[in-house]
Amino acid sequence: MISSVSFLTTKPHLVVIGNGMVGHHFVEQMIAQAGHEAFQITVFGEEPYLAYDRVHLSEYFTGKGAADLAMTDGTLYDEHGVRYFTNSLVTEIDREAKTLILQNGESLSYDKLVLATGSYPFVPPIPGHKRDNTFVYRTLDDLDAIRACAKQVTRGTVVGGGLLGLEAANALKNLGLETSVVEFAPRLMPVQLDEKGGAVLKEMIEGLGVKVYTDTATKEIIDGESAFHRMNFADGSHLETDLILFSAGIRPQDALAHQSGLTVGERGGISVNNHCQTSDDDIYAIGECALWNNRIFGLVAPGYAMAKSAAGHLLGDVGVTFTGADMSTKLKLLGCDVGSVGDAHAQSQGCKVFVYQDEISQSYRKMVVSEDGKKLLGAVLVGDNSYYDTLLQYYLNAIDLPEQAQALILPTMGDAPVGLGVDALPATASICSCHNVSKQDINDAVCHGALSVGDVKGITKAGTGCGGCAALLKKVVDNELLALGVEVSTDICEHFAYTRQDLYNLVKVGGIKTFAELLNQHGKGHGCEICKPAVGSILASVWNDYVLKKEHISLQDTNDRFLANMQKDGTYSIVPRIPGGEITPDRLIVLGEVAKEYGLYTKVTGGQRIDLFGATLSQLPEIWEKLIAAGFETGQAYGKSLRTVKSCVGSTWCRYGVNDSMKMAIDLENRYKGLRSPHKIKFAVSGCTRECAEAQSKDIGVIATEGGWNLYVCGNGGMKPRHGDLFAKDLDDETLVKYIDRVLMFYTKTADRLQRTSVWMDGLEGGLDYLKEVVIDDKLGLCAELEASMQHVVDTFQCEWKTTLQDPEALKTFRQFVNYEGSDNNVVFVEERSQMRPATEAEKQQLIAKVG
Amino acid sequence: MTMSWKLICKQEDLIEGAGVAAMVNGEQVAIFYVPESDNKVFAIGNWDPVGKANVLSRGLVAHLQDQWVVASPLYKQHFVLASGECLEEDIKVPHWQAKLEGNEVFIAAN
Repeated sequence: MISSVSFLTTKPHLVVIGNGMVGHHFVEQMIAQAGHEAFQITVFGEEPYLAYDRVHLSEYFTGKGAADLAMTDGTLYDEHGVRYFTNSLVTEIDREAKTLILQNGESLSYDKLVLATGSYPFVPPIPGHKRDNTFVYRTLDDLDAIRACAKQVTRGTVVGGGLLGLEAANALKNLGLETSVVEFAPRLMPVQLDEKGGAVLKEMIEGLGVKVYTDTATKEIIDGESAFHRMNFADGSHLETDLILFSAGIRPQDALAHQSGLTVGERGGISVNNHCQTSDDDIYAIGECALWNNRIFGLVAPGYAMAKSAAGHLLGDVGVTFTGADMSTKLKLLGCDVGSVGDAHAQSQGCKVFVYQDEISQSYRKMVVSEDGKKLLGAVLVGDNSYYDTLLQYYLNAIDLPEQAQALILPTMGDAPVGLGVDALPATASICSCHNVSKQDINDAVCHGALSVGDVKGITKAGTGCGGCAALLKKVVDNELLALGVEVSTDICEHFAYTRQDLYNLVKVGGIKTFAELLNQHGKGHGCEICKPAVGSILASVWNDYVLKKEHISLQDTNDRFLANMQKDGTYSIVPRIPGGEITPDRLIVLGEVAKEYGLYTKVTGGQRIDLFGATLSQLPEIWEKLIAAGFETGQAYGKSLRTVKSCVGSTWCRYGVNDSMKMAIDLENRYKGLRSPHKIKFAVSGCTRECAEAQSKDIGVIATEGGWNLYVCGNGGMKPRHGDLFAKDLDDETLVKYIDRVLMFYTKTADRLQRTSVWMDGLEGGLDYLKEVVIDDKLGLCAELEASMQHVVDTFQCEWKTTLQDPEALKTFRQFVNYEGSDNNVVFVEERSQMRPATEAEKQQLIAKVG
Repeated sequence: MTMSWKLICKQEDLIEGAGVAAMVNGEQVAIFYVPESDNKVFAIGNWDPVGKANVLSRGLVAHLQDQWVVASPLYKQHFVLASGECLEEDIKVPHWQAKLEGNEVFIAAN
């Protein structure tokens, strides 16, 4: 029975069949160009998952989950009205009626159609190829099946020694199998490598314990004697193995094109023009299913370029065309570097080659140059890819080779600079081919304020495809920064030629107690809004003095200066501490009464506290007087310091709780509440693995287990979310606190100014393992000092508001005006949802006009 | 042109290395006390034209490229204390001559 799916829309209907990397990129391109406004877009994917990163598929075996590999969770589609259906195979196209039929019998009409059906693995029709325990390597489901089988057996064999075959062999090896590779061609990676390169690679891979059979044809697969299968080879020899993985190349998935009568190539592939249109003007094909100029492009970057040109054509921009793509690649296969650029096989007419081979350290490099020796036409690298970026740029940009061109593949001797400085690259040089980002694009991004690789990635997407350009990208960004006169300096500012970590050590070791002393001994000039708050924070971390002391007050940044959070109209918000989010009804009533008395806008914060907005400068001390009388303390929401310890209710109430997360949260909050740090710090404690407190998104996350507490460190929500790293398992209370003391103090001691723990961790050489060595194994012999420093902060805690109320000098600074008792008449509120909020400019003018 | 000095406050009303706000002829003025500077005291408008709020007196005082400046507490643009000029944008806030005499603070009123 055929039912019909119809959508109520007047927009033309664009259907995308296939939701792999290229199909997804196409949708992204459409959305980026507002194509979702011109078309109703519908996407069908055959797999149960939305698009995921197939380039890094193998990482599924090394700890990444489906969610990590996902390219979208559907949010992007939902937000732009793109409908999507997974598990939905389209089986038929009726081009006359312009309708599609799905496997489940449903049909729907289309106005424009994009085929992004990708490819399927080629399985050679060897007798026995359909036996049990034979697999292909393409989808997450394939990997699940391989993993399940690998648990039961000991030996695995990959049929196919190309790029994907070796990738698959690495995966089998990582799954603990005795691994072999069988290749029909005389060498490994026959497409990318020449004979010698293939031989060197074979030797390296065999050195890693993987058996390699080249020039070997499999005649049949039958029952084995000592293993599940026996592979009988054409030369009469055989190999026994338990698991066989076919990775003998890909074939374009062009079944729909055959069925509907679109033009296809002799050996498959849907023929397309430069706009990726098929023989039917309303149907496009992109990615590995498309055949352009009789070629299939089995890499992601050309697929993306096709997606872009198809999207452009659909939206009336015929200027973006697909005219072929560079197929150069660099990879790490089984830990061995392999690179291939342009004409690797030296097939260009009259070309000449340079070859360098080192049989001791196992590396091989070849350059193919034009007859006149001026241009690079191709290259092969095995063993060391550090030469790749330079060679690729010479090739892609047709840059004239230097006189001693062979130096480009010779090992570096002494200090002689080798290779092409990035400043020699033309502005048009392509740095990231996945996202087609040129050197000029990066320059533009830097000029518009992107001052780090991370910023540039965010703006240009460079380096976020296959990631192969990461090193080059960093060089280009640094070079652009230098060219713009932005010194890539680690000095904190013009007043101190030191990093924040240096300053911390100078303060601590030198016993320096004031900014003036530090400036006098180690700095120059008079300080600025960069170094003053940074030093203010360091002094507070080390000595924990009252921050509004006469000698410290001018160091404090906006919020610290008045111990409250300045809002856009110059008024402040007030956040008393509510440890763990636990509050008595009486205290809750006090907050309500104070808010009512002063007409404050009241909101519950993300950290389980209550924020009171709209207090003027001169109201702050009065309000705090009342709060302190009711037993509240400052919440330090204004400081770069511990904010909150979020908690679930824990085992005392919850049916599932395994430990008292509430008590732990309150204890931790009270312990660390006074700590000034390079940036704000948030904690959370969950009472069981259901993780209701979301501890893994916090700087310090604690999760109760049957055996104690698991400690997670350096997570972050916010702008760049990062899951915390599991630092230690099943800790008792005492060890947990000890480790947190050490981690926090080590962070406070070594981080850059305004660096959150997540970024600190990402930049820490040696990463999580190093931090464990420092904190757990005391590798640096620092632990006693770190603990003592923390204990000092804990012992000297003071409520800054309590101190302020007792200090007439400090209170003086909270006057609105030094010579006038009135208030700031620019602070105007209007009512919204039964509370007040700052008036907008327009509202202010209206109100003033009325009064006038 | 005659200039008349108007008494604003006492030295002890000021905060070393920082600013305070004063009301002068119905206008909000930010007065900064910088003991290391030649002039000791500076006066500029308290209104931040970028953040659109009366907050400049609550900014951080900095010394950049040989000039005393205040960084707006809202969006951190720098205003030169001696001239009211903004270092980042082509805008300017009003400024007044100011002096510290004995323990009294004056600004030049029109």
